[in-house]
Amino acid sequence: MSNGRFGIHGGQYIPETLMNAVIELEEAYNHYKDDPDFNRELTTLLNEYAGRPSRLYYAKRMTEDLGGAKIYLKREDLNHTGAHKINNVLGQVLLAKRMGKTRVIAETGAGQHGVATATAAALMDMECEVFMGEEDTKRQALNVYRMRLLGAKVHAVSSGTGTLKDAVSETMREWTSRIADTHYVLGSCMGPHPFPTIVRDFQSVISREIKEQILEKEGKLPDAVLACVGGGSNAIGAFYHFIPHPEVRLIGLEAAGRGIDTKETAATIGTGSLGIFHGMKSYFCQDEYGQIAPVYSISAGLDYPGIGPEHAHLHDIGRAEYYAITDDQAVDAFEYLSRLEGIIPAIESAHAVAYARELAPSMRKDQIIVINISGRGDKDCAAIARYRGEDLHE
Amino acid sequence: MSNIKKAFEGGKAFIPFITCGDPSLEITEQLVYAMEEAGADLIELGIPFSDPTAEGPVIQEANIRALSGGVTTDKIFDMVRKIRQRSNIPLVFMTYANVVFSYGTERFMKTASEIGMDGLILPDVPYEEKEEFDSVAKAYGLDLISLIAPTSEDRISRIAKDASGFVYCVSSLGVTGVRSSITTDIGAMVTLVKAAKEIPCAVGFGISTPEQAKKMADLSDGAIVGSAIVKLCATYGTDCVPYVKEYVASMKKALRS
Repeated sequence: MSNGRFGIHGGQYIPETLMNAVIELEEAYNHYKDDPDFNRELTTLLNEYAGRPSRLYYAKRMTEDLGGAKIYLKREDLNHTGAHKINNVLGQVLLAKRMGKTRVIAETGAGQHGVATATAAALMDMECEVFMGEEDTKRQALNVYRMRLLGAKVHAVSSGTGTLKDAVSETMREWTSRIADTHYVLGSCMGPHPFPTIVRDFQSVISREIKEQILEKEGKLPDAVLACVGGGSNAIGAFYHFIPHPEVRLIGLEAAGRGIDTKETAATIGTGSLGIFHGMKSYFCQDEYGQIAPVYSISAGLDYPGIGPEHAHLHDIGRAEYYAITDDQAVDAFEYLSRLEGIIPAIESAHAVAYARELAPSMRKDQIIVINISGRGDKDCAAIARYRGEDLHE
Repeated sequence: MSNIKKAFEGGKAFIPFITCGDPSLEITEQLVYAMEEAGADLIELGIPFSDPTAEGPVIQEANIRALSGGVTTDKIFDMVRKIRQRSNIPLVFMTYANVVFSYGTERFMKTASEIGMDGLILPDVPYEEKEEFDSVAKAYGLDLISLIAPTSEDRISRIAKDASGFVYCVSSLGVTGVRSSITTDIGAMVTLVKAAKEIPCAVGFGISTPEQAKKMADLSDGAIVGSAIVKLCATYGTDCVPYVKEYVASMKKALRS
């Protein structure tokens, strides 16, 4: 079995053209991850620039309303650029800079990862190009403008379904054509080794902070940690330091779209099967001949037909649980958290909020749920208004 | 001797690629016969994949056309059965790991072998992941073709040593598609291969003109052409057969000169 495996998942299923690039990346990462100077610089950026540590907020009104477990919100939405994506991007762009690269490329779904990459590229004076599905450039027009404002060039990808998977494919194609000066800043814990490990490590700051913060506030670990899952980067970040604590339930919420019994879904664990795509072995939504399914979710960030290999493994060994949340449930939760706590979550994160509404009432009042609010919902307001039949122009 | 070796016996080999089912499996079958008559030495049959990450726009679109037309792996196997009643030309599949894996790697290789295929090319299976597919391919007498790229450098010897059938030399960075010029030092890549193993080398990616094909084949044992042929299929649709035949004849003629 090759490098970078999580159980049977992971690996490096990529064209030969890219192999030396990922080997070079792995060597550089292994060198810098323990380098005090690199880590000092990264920590300074995370704290002074991105605003870490993010708050662990006790959601009193939501707790009282649901009448069960105590609910805490991990406020990744308060990070600079409005989502958890910046944690990984600052790490990767800093690494790319140390590797002598002068240009970064990235895929983006909702636009959060693209905005974060454009931001870090501006800060660290790198050339930046972002690939975004044509469909998503329409759903998230504001983020396209933000990326351009930050100095990035945005390519609308019209191949395939014009969504996140096509953006990933196109960024991989771009990387094969220009490697020497270019680093691919992959946005989720997916793709070929070493990306799933690198992204997981840079995002694991989330669970490291949750652990410290909850021990300080409650003197014990949470009973459950909830996070939405597309590729799965905010979830793996929120889960990672709790994996060795089996008493902490780890729950990932996938996008069911219009329902897992329909074709308009993006629930990979719920409806997918084992396959090989985008450089990794994992679970994918696909047909009997291995053709990747055109998935759907109201959330551009979860609209992906696969899941990161470490999540696939956590599912296999039963360490993490994965459930699917429909568009309707997510939109309800989006409005619920806005009205009850004055916090507008990203529609992605609203999938985790939706499951907490089901779970909390079934738990005791001395139990604790942490929901990772992976991003803020400003970007989604126009789309949710449209979903509710209101034609909103930004 | 494997059937693939035979392709390189009569001088420089010309290796065309077509996407199965573009525009239809009936035309694909006719294209095989026509290209053989025109002098093709080995044919790559593309099994379409929904998300072909190593392909440029021309072959991406061919994949979409073929899949929209209802082509499946099983229907392609049936087509090969028909072809094998008439033709013995060396044939390899070119597809992506997931097409083989999801069919069941064992079941796929067994069937491919039974219907008379000679090998397969999986552009998203590099040396590090090869064993999973190669061990099964070998058990059924199929050659899993190894690829080397302009970025392979120190990897070439290792890849060549374990290669079977022929070595596919990727001429340029990037994805498949027509290029105005090829700047890689192909001769140096081929020399590294030959130092590690006596195995035919064919060059692909970006070749479209007889001059390019001749130049690449002079540096190696053959030239592979995909996008330029697939473009003819896209332009002429169900009328493409004579155009493709004429094109293949002109390319083969250049290699013979």
